[in-house]
Amino acid sequence: MISPADIATIPFDDWINAFVRGWLVPNFRPLFQAAQVPVTLVLNNLNAFLLFVPMILTTVVFALAAWRWAGRGIAIFTLIGFSFIDMIGLWPETMTTLAMVATSVLFCAMIGLPLGILAARSDMFWKITRPILDIMQTIPSFVYLVPIVMLFGVGMTPGIIATIIFAIPPMVRLTNLGIRSVRVDLTEAARAFGSTEWQMLWDLQIPLALRTILAGLNQTLMLALSMVVIAALIGAGGLGLTVNTGLGRLDVGGATAGGVGIVILAIVLDRITQGLGEGGTVRTVSLRQVLTRMLRGKGAAPIN
Amino acid sequence: MTNKITVTNLYKIFGNSPEAAFDLLVRGDGKEAILEATGATVAVQDASFEVAEGEIFVVMGLSGSGKSTLVRLLNGLIPPTSGQIMIDGQDVAQAKGDMLRQIRRNTITMVFQHFALFPHWSVVDNVAYGLKIKGVAPAERREKALAVLDQVGLVAWADSLPGDLSGGMQQRVGLARGLASDPQVLLMDEPFGALDPLIRREMQDELLELQKKLKKTIVFITHDLNEALLLGDKIAIMKDGRFVQVGTAQDIVSNPADDYVRAFVADIDRGRVFTAGDVSNVPVTVQLHTDTAEDALRRMEESQLDALYVLDGDSVSGVVTHRDVSAALRQNGPGNSKLSASMITNFSAVNEGTYLHELFGPASAGLPIAVTDVGNRLLGVVETQAVLAQLDSESTQPPTPHQPATGVPDTDSRVSHTKEVVK
Ligand SMILES: Nc1ncnc2c1ncn2[C@@H]1O[C@H](COP(=O)(O)OP(=O)(O)OP(=O)(O)O)[C@@H](O)[C@H]1O
Ligand SMILES: [Mg+2]
Repeated sequence: MISPADIATIPFDDWINAFVRGWLVPNFRPLFQAAQVPVTLVLNNLNAFLLFVPMILTTVVFALAAWRWAGRGIAIFTLIGFSFIDMIGLWPETMTTLAMVATSVLFCAMIGLPLGILAARSDMFWKITRPILDIMQTIPSFVYLVPIVMLFGVGMTPGIIATIIFAIPPMVRLTNLGIRSVRVDLTEAARAFGSTEWQMLWDLQIPLALRTILAGLNQTLMLALSMVVIAALIGAGGLGLTVNTGLGRLDVGGATAGGVGIVILAIVLDRITQGLGEGGTVRTVSLRQVLTRMLRGKGAAPIN
Repeated sequence: MTNKITVTNLYKIFGNSPEAAFDLLVRGDGKEAILEATGATVAVQDASFEVAEGEIFVVMGLSGSGKSTLVRLLNGLIPPTSGQIMIDGQDVAQAKGDMLRQIRRNTITMVFQHFALFPHWSVVDNVAYGLKIKGVAPAERREKALAVLDQVGLVAWADSLPGDLSGGMQQRVGLARGLASDPQVLLMDEPFGALDPLIRREMQDELLELQKKLKKTIVFITHDLNEALLLGDKIAIMKDGRFVQVGTAQDIVSNPADDYVRAFVADIDRGRVFTAGDVSNVPVTVQLHTDTAEDALRRMEESQLDALYVLDGDSVSGVVTHRDVSAALRQNGPGNSKLSASMITNFSAVNEGTYLHELFGPASAGLPIAVTDVGNRLLGVVETQAVLAQLDSESTQPPTPHQPATGVPDTDSRVSHTKEVVK
């Protein structure tokens, strides 16, 4: 049988190597290094903080948050689940994973929100962004690791950067969607009263898009959690590392323990952020309402 | 009265090649032909009009006739293809960016068909929106917003969310929001279109009531001719982006410019368009103290009238009928009848602005109705048959009062018919 390879072979891998090693890395090394600095900073501090706070206190805070936004059931689940994690000896790893997830989500929000707003305001920009997001979401998560290692090396921070890239699409997508679905007559009214684009964004678009944006945040969080585990392959720590080590040593117990820890953390975070988005009311909530609710609890009425 | 809004040769063509469409339009092609040839939609073509300060200018037309486009051109939400829009001395057509924002903040506000209230803000915050955008401090804007809410009777709802209010109430909030920044011009795009008929009537009356106090210059869009006739000091009928006729309610009903307008006018309630002033005649009168019964009888026969009004100096004292006066003369003999003996003193008096539908009651007495001013001076007399003649929709003749023999001056501008037809 004849196959195309008999006629010609393409050294695709060599080309990529040449491109990345020969051009991208030498030319942009400082840039990639610089990009790691803020991530490392946030991650290390957050990690140190979470490891410093006593387990009981963290558990109580999470249980209270769960109670506010997700109901009593989830609050009880949080208490039992977190205690279980502590009892199987994985509390420090869980906190490291939490720090990694929180850092990733923070950066996803910081980058994704402006991108989403930009995409909502410019059809042109959205036309360019959309296929990129589509590709990002279809690439298997493992594939991200290769270029990341080449550009950033191995370790905790490259793992987070891989996570940020993997988890950012829903943030951009849903911010865009939320802002675009604000009723046209409302934006027209805002314009008719002489508001600037910024005023319209703050007074109208972001508050009305907030539920959708929070749904995006929830999805981003879940993606980050799944990626943070995979990122252990390139040297990130936390529960992912526990699972990996367990698998490497054919230690079924250890790997399962890590897996259970991840699942418990995932359920708690998912329910709390979902509840946050729904806000406990049917009506659309304003940014201020959410903030006061976060600070003071569900009953707080907005003050004018 | 000065003109607040002056629009000259305004065009708006939607689509990619407005220039090509414009050329076709100048050549005289129709809206459909242009859409087919260039894919461009002619929304407004060659509109020119003026709105005087404190006047309600109603634009009325069927769906798709370009009404919404026209109001949005006035505050620059849609940039015009060509033409000039002078509002309070500023050319909105040329204004951009910050200048346009300043005009919207200070001069023109808008009320929307579907209210367009911010669902996440309380009623008072919604009303204060324009002030917030202007940068007014929170305490001050709340105070102002509450004052305006008071005018529309909704202070009690200040801290509710708009979603908790009925449609009519929501539109009152919309109106209050429009009024809060004390604009000179208020644009209203079918503001009562989404309300049910009863609420609608109520809102129309309320708007007229408010307007008496506020005297804003209002551009009001509607597709309901009755609403247009009720509210409009001046009415423009729009068809395919063009003004077919501009005039007062009376002009339009009595002199439709073409079949399109005539079809609209055919089944409107004429009793709510025409006023006593429109159908009144110059009165033939007698003086209570100087004229005799014979004088009265002679004058009635001369002018072929059944009844005459009796004046005491300038003011009206009563009415005498041919039957009563001649009976009195027969009974008492010539020279012995005083006018006051046969005078009916509980006659009906209305003012010039009273609508015909309110004259049915007074007319049922069978006596001519006196049209008086505040000082009880007799301005005119409405014969009962004139009321019915005017209500007959077949007659499209303008009401023709008897030519004044003694030259009673027109005191009400409603009587003078100025007609502007823009083609
Ligand atoms: N943004 C737009 N792009 C293209 N065409 C438009 C646009 N807005 C309006 N048009 C067209 O312009 C014409 C006039 O529309 P407009 O909305 O002004 O009519 P209208 O008189 O307000 O109708 P309605 O009573 O239905 O509100 C219509 O043919 C409409 O399809
Ligand atoms: Mg419209």
